[in-house]
Formats: sequence, C-alpha cells, structure tokens
Amino acid sequence: MTRVAAGHRGPPDVEIVFREVYGQAVATLVRVFGDITLAEDAVQDAFVIASERWRRDGIPPNPAGWIVRTARNRAIDNHRRARRGRELYEQVGAGLSATYGFDPGNWEEDEPVNDDQLRLIFTCCHPALRTEHQVALTLRLLGGLSVDEVARSFLVSEPAMAKRLVRAKYKIKAAKIPYRVPGHADLPGRLRSVLSVVYLIYNTGIDSPEKESLRSDALRLARSLVELMPDEPEVAGLLALMVLNESRMPARVREGDRVLLRDQDRSRWDRAMIQEGHAIVRACVRRDQPGPFQLQAAIQAVHCNAVSFDETDWPQIVSLYDHLFSIMPTPVVALNRAIAIGETEGPVAALDALDAIGSQLDSYYLLHATRGSLLRDLGESDAARTAYERAIDLAPTSRDRQFLTQQIDSLPTEK
Amino acid sequence: MSQYLLSMHTAEGEVREQPTPEMMQGFMERINALEADMRESGAFVFTGGLHGPDAATVVRSKDGEIVITDGPFVEAKEHIGGFYVINAEDLDEALAWAGKVVDAINHPIEVRPFHDSRGG
Repeated sequence: MTRVAAGHRGPPDVEIVFREVYGQAVATLVRVFGDITLAEDAVQDAFVIASERWRRDGIPPNPAGWIVRTARNRAIDNHRRARRGRELYEQVGAGLSATYGFDPGNWEEDEPVNDDQLRLIFTCCHPALRTEHQVALTLRLLGGLSVDEVARSFLVSEPAMAKRLVRAKYKIKAAKIPYRVPGHADLPGRLRSVLSVVYLIYNTGIDSPEKESLRSDALRLARSLVELMPDEPEVAGLLALMVLNESRMPARVREGDRVLLRDQDRSRWDRAMIQEGHAIVRACVRRDQPGPFQLQAAIQAVHCNAVSFDETDWPQIVSLYDHLFSIMPTPVVALNRAIAIGETEGPVAALDALDAIGSQLDSYYLLHATRGSLLRDLGESDAARTAYERAIDLAPTSRDRQFLTQQIDSLPTEK
Repeated sequence: MSQYLLSMHTAEGEVREQPTPEMMQGFMERINALEADMRESGAFVFTGGLHGPDAATVVRSKDGEIVITDGPFVEAKEHIGGFYVINAEDLDEALAWAGKVVDAINHPIEVRPFHDSRGG
C-alpha cells in the first residue's frame, strides 16, 4: 500500500499535511476501532477523499479531526455496504462493539487527543516486539511514511517491509500488546525503549544520502514527544542531542569526504539549531534530573560552544563522560571517554584507557580507528597503520572505509 | 480477558545441580506462594509438569490407518517441561505473571497467547 498522496497529485502542502496528521489520525482511530489495520485502511480512504476535496475547497482548519471524522464515516459506510441493508448494519454495529470495544453511538465524541499518539508509540515500541519491528511500526504509524519509504530507508524491498509490518501488527493483536501509556512503575523502562527507537532512526539517517530524511523524521517524532511528555527531561534531552548533532551536519562532509570534528569549518554549523539545543540543555540542567540522553546532549552542547577544537572545554567533557559512565557503563561510553582523555592528558593516557575496554570492543571499528589516530599522534606510524587496517576490515560503510584509507595514506613514514 | 500459556522449556541432557532438601523446600514454598497469588487474583487456570520426551508417543494417520510411534513429535534439544495457563487482561499483565514465575523457578519462560473464544 503506497501513500495515497503519491498517486493523487495534489499541491505539495496537502501532502505535507497528510504526513503531519497521519500519526494523529491513525492513533485516534486505533482507540476508536481497537485495531491498527482497520485504522490505517480508514485513514487511507479518508486521504483519497481529502486529496480531491482539499484541493477544491482548501485545507480545513482542523485537518486531523476532518480525517478522523471522514475515516470513521467511511468505515461505517463500508460495513453498511458489505452487509447490504439497514437491519444488517444494526447487527454489524453490535458485532463491531463486541469485537472492537466501541459503541457507534459515541463516535461523535471521538476528537483526536494527544494521548492517542502517546499510547500508540508505546505500543509500537513495546519490548515484546523486536527492535526492527519497533522501528518500522514507528516510522509507518507515527511518522506517516509509506511502506515503500520505510522499506527504502532500511534497504529492504517493499514486499519484505510489508511482511515485517504485517507480522508486527499480528503480534500486537494476537498477544494483546496494550494501547496505553505505561503506569508509573513501568514508565522509565518503556520510555527508554521509545527514545532509543527514535535515536536509532536518527542515526540510521547519518552518512548515507538515501536515508537522510530519517533524520528529519526522527526530529519530528522527538518534537512531538516533547510536546506530549513535557515533564520527562530525558525526552527533552533526546531532542537536544539530535538538534545539536544536526547543527553540525553542514560541516560534516566536504566534497563527499567525511570531515572530523577537529577539522570542521565551524562557521557552517547551524547557529539557530545550536541556540535551540543549548536552551534545552540549560532547562535540563535547571531541572536537575540527569539521564543518559541529557548528559550526551550536554557533551554535544560543550562541543558546539567551542569556537575551535583546541578551545573545547575538554575537562568539562571528561567530567560529563564520567557522570554518563556512572549511569550507563557501556564500552562505547568508555571509548568516547578515552577519546576525551586523549585531549586532557594526552595520547598515552588515552591508549591506556582503550586497553581497558579493548577486549569488549575488539570488533568495533571505531575502537581501532581511535587507536590508530592516537598512535599516529605518538609518531608510531606502523602501529597506527595496523590499527587503521583492522578498522577498515570492520567498518560498516564504504564511506567509513574511504575515510580510514585516507588516514593511512596521510601517515608520515616512520624514521 | 485473554488466556496465555507460560511454558518452561528444559534442555535435554541438561545437567542440573542436584538440589538439596533445603533448596527443594524453598522452591516449593515459592511455587505455592505464587500459585496462591494466582488463584486469589483470578489469573490461575491450569498448571502441569510433564515427563520427558522419552515418555512421549506420537499418533498420526497414514493411509487411513492410525499409526503409533515412539518418541516426541519433533526431535529437538528442548522440550516443554511444565506450564501455566493464566487469565490476563493484556500482554503486560501476562508478562508481569511470567516475571513472577521466572523469579520462583529461576528459569526462562515463553509467553504465548491463546486464540480467544471469538477467534481473534
């Protein structure tokens, strides 16, 4: 099922509105119908009607409400037609109530409410679903991407992605994965799962041109999460982290080549985004309920604050990594901490810190790339070359391999 | 209300530490407390422990004749050793019970929904 708007050439603003209201409309109709597939089909039907009518009459003031009302009415019509006749429709109405837990008499009351989307994202990111299914459902149902768009983002065929979505929705229905915001006791864990999915979507959009739109999808999801959960500082932390990463994107690639933070033209960083990110980080600091995303955002805020690489407040960054490691003791955090130590205490101290985590991260290319650059700083070109070569073997993308090859080529010959 | 199967899978030939009488008593106390909890809340439907696959017999139809063979249906390393059938409002409630079973028996649990009576 491709996105309807693609087949019905309306003005582009209609398509933008479709994408914006898709998640809201589906979420509300999942509440009304108690069934995701039924909700999606009804929204598709409503988009077909909207793409004609909105072009003629203009976009209504409450497009999501319009879509929900139209979708609901279409769903009733379809059942009416299917059963041919008013009496049968009454029976179907009763049957629907029993099956989907709604009362057609109350349908007028079903205006979209923000909690609908929140409930749906917790369903999509339920830990009983595997991560790739969580990501696909979130992009499709909340992000409003077509199946084909989701498929292209993950380099799988459209039928394969359609199958993945069907399987995920089957499990939600069969196992009765609930459609609700988790209670107090479960909320922190479940929220972490939601935030990781959004961050994974963002990171998938880095360094591969055909997936770039995933970054704006992730930012859009994070912004609506901040609106829906204004009292959760980690949600704000995730948005700040992604906004600050995004602010540096214009300087990250030059003539197709990756540019390291150290060498980036900082005048190309997006100042408006940096201001936004800094403002969120300051608000988080005032709230004083630190968490992994807020601390990672704070680290990025320090980087974005520096006029040059050398003038970066490295001691501050090391202390933020210490704090981060105390609540999220992963080898990747330890690796980044070691890199920061390289700037405060020099390459020897950083190499010692790397040795401490080497066995856990031996198959992670960035460990070897980091070791290579530290060895180069020490003038040990041969050892640096060996480390870079190991990194090339493990690197996930051709752009990574290209970058690492350039590092080897620029190594001075050892005396 | 839905029903879920909470099944415990045991690996064939898995060498388990011979439990001391104290361990067995602690185990039984945990199980009894758990099942009392299940019954009190209306979650309990049925439970059972199974003999090993060596005690299994397969019955199938071949050319209109019933044929009986020794052994389990699937020659696998792991077999269901025991199970609970519980009532739960949704998966979260079923998972909460599964967590309590895991705590009591110190063994992983698989949670699977039954088709409901409406055929869902």
